[in-house]
Amino acid sequence: MSPRLYLLQRGTAMVMVPLVIIHLVVIVMAVQGGLTGGEILGRTRGNIAWAAFYSLFVFAAAIHAGIGMQTISREWFGLGNRSATIAGHLFILLLLSLGMRAVFGVYGI
Amino acid sequence: MSAAGLTRASRAHWGFVAAMVHRLSGLALAIFLPLHFLSLGLAFEREAFDGFIAWSNNPMVKLSEAFLVAALAVHFAGGLRLLAVEFFGLTRAQSIWIASAFAFGVGAGLLFLLRAF
Amino acid sequence: MSAAAEKTLQVEVWRGGTDGAYESFEVPAQENQTVLDVVTYIQRNLDAALAYRFACRVGVCGSCAMTVNGRPRWTCRTHVSRVAKNGELKLAPLQNLPLIRDLVTDMTPFFEKWQAARGRFVPGDGPKDRFAQVPPEEKQRADANAAIECINCGVCYSACDVVSWRDDYLGPAALNRAWAGYNDVRDGDRNGILKAVSSGAGCHTCHTHQSCAEHCPVSLNPTFSIAGLKRATLKASLKGELSE
Repeated sequence: MSPRLYLLQRGTAMVMVPLVIIHLVVIVMAVQGGLTGGEILGRTRGNIAWAAFYSLFVFAAAIHAGIGMQTISREWFGLGNRSATIAGHLFILLLLSLGMRAVFGVYGI
Repeated sequence: MSAAGLTRASRAHWGFVAAMVHRLSGLALAIFLPLHFLSLGLAFEREAFDGFIAWSNNPMVKLSEAFLVAALAVHFAGGLRLLAVEFFGLTRAQSIWIASAFAFGVGAGLLFLLRAF
Repeated sequence: MSAAAEKTLQVEVWRGGTDGAYESFEVPAQENQTVLDVVTYIQRNLDAALAYRFACRVGVCGSCAMTVNGRPRWTCRTHVSRVAKNGELKLAPLQNLPLIRDLVTDMTPFFEKWQAARGRFVPGDGPKDRFAQVPPEEKQRADANAAIECINCGVCYSACDVVSWRDDYLGPAALNRAWAGYNDVRDGDRNGILKAVSSGAGCHTCHTHQSCAEHCPVSLNPTFSIAGLKRATLKASLKGELSE
């Protein structure tokens, strides 16, 4: 792992410290009394601030998880340095595209 | 990596257990994230989204969600400890910090269960 | 003494190369006896062909490390009474190193990584015109001090989980040495150490499991030395000092 990757991984971890706390609170508050699709979307649609919050979360989580998957692929799944790097980058792209699509869908932007 | 490798006598210590919990919870979250995003992406098709959310009120789904909430919380708390060691040279009583991280994870999972049912 | 002398230890010893097997020996138990004493007894009295290494027998030279009941240990300072389970010992060579024969591993990769981490002193301008003053209470001196007592035994390298998962990782001993060297203000190329430990599978490959610290016979904490290198290389790379 290069200093750049290390900085990205620990940096995204630090960025996510407040994000995870808020997300955990949102989960525990929202789940009370059961969820319905209408209730969720009524709360989220057009809410730019939360859309920005979760966009940042998606970016940080995608980079963080991608680097983590690269490391695990190298150490546990028997991939070489090069293929582990490619796998990590592909995973980042997958999470970024699916994650931003989810943000656009849920927040109706 | 063999299964026997994980139970080497030299690995019977708190630091290794914490590292495995951190790695396995991270792996679980990484596998869950694409599914999480795909299901939320259903919001583009209102009926499919309503159907999915209705399905998620199934007790078994709620139970799995509680495990994921616990995984997120334990990965978060374990990560805080790692940052404290690597950036602030936290050295003392590692086992207490590790135990606190586990307790935070289990606590978050239980809190989710209490609210969800 | 007489009662203890009649008791015996059941000792399983790894014989041969990687395709070898454990061989059982019975060794008289003593009240005070180290694991190295047991191995020496076997070699002198039961099987002269047993291969193992030792030199000083007092915990200084770092040559007698082996895997004792599954954990890497310095055998000359490990009392049998502390580690034997029901009078049983299982002795194997160190892990994570190529096996030569019996209890002897090839330490070449270990010392090559020591060099790759720039684990040696590079002289500066020389004392005649610039004599370095190093106050004992200075932070860097204290950091170097905390890392410097390494005896190169290879126990931490054998215990390292990351080395067991990827054999290109420099490992705890070499990086611990690099951290001690980095804190030596007399070194003429301290930035070179940071470059050496950030290339390839260097200090950033460590996941802070602390298996090295758990097993170090002289109670060093290579994990914290590596954390120091992570911080130092991060600062240097943000300032652009690591690029050519």
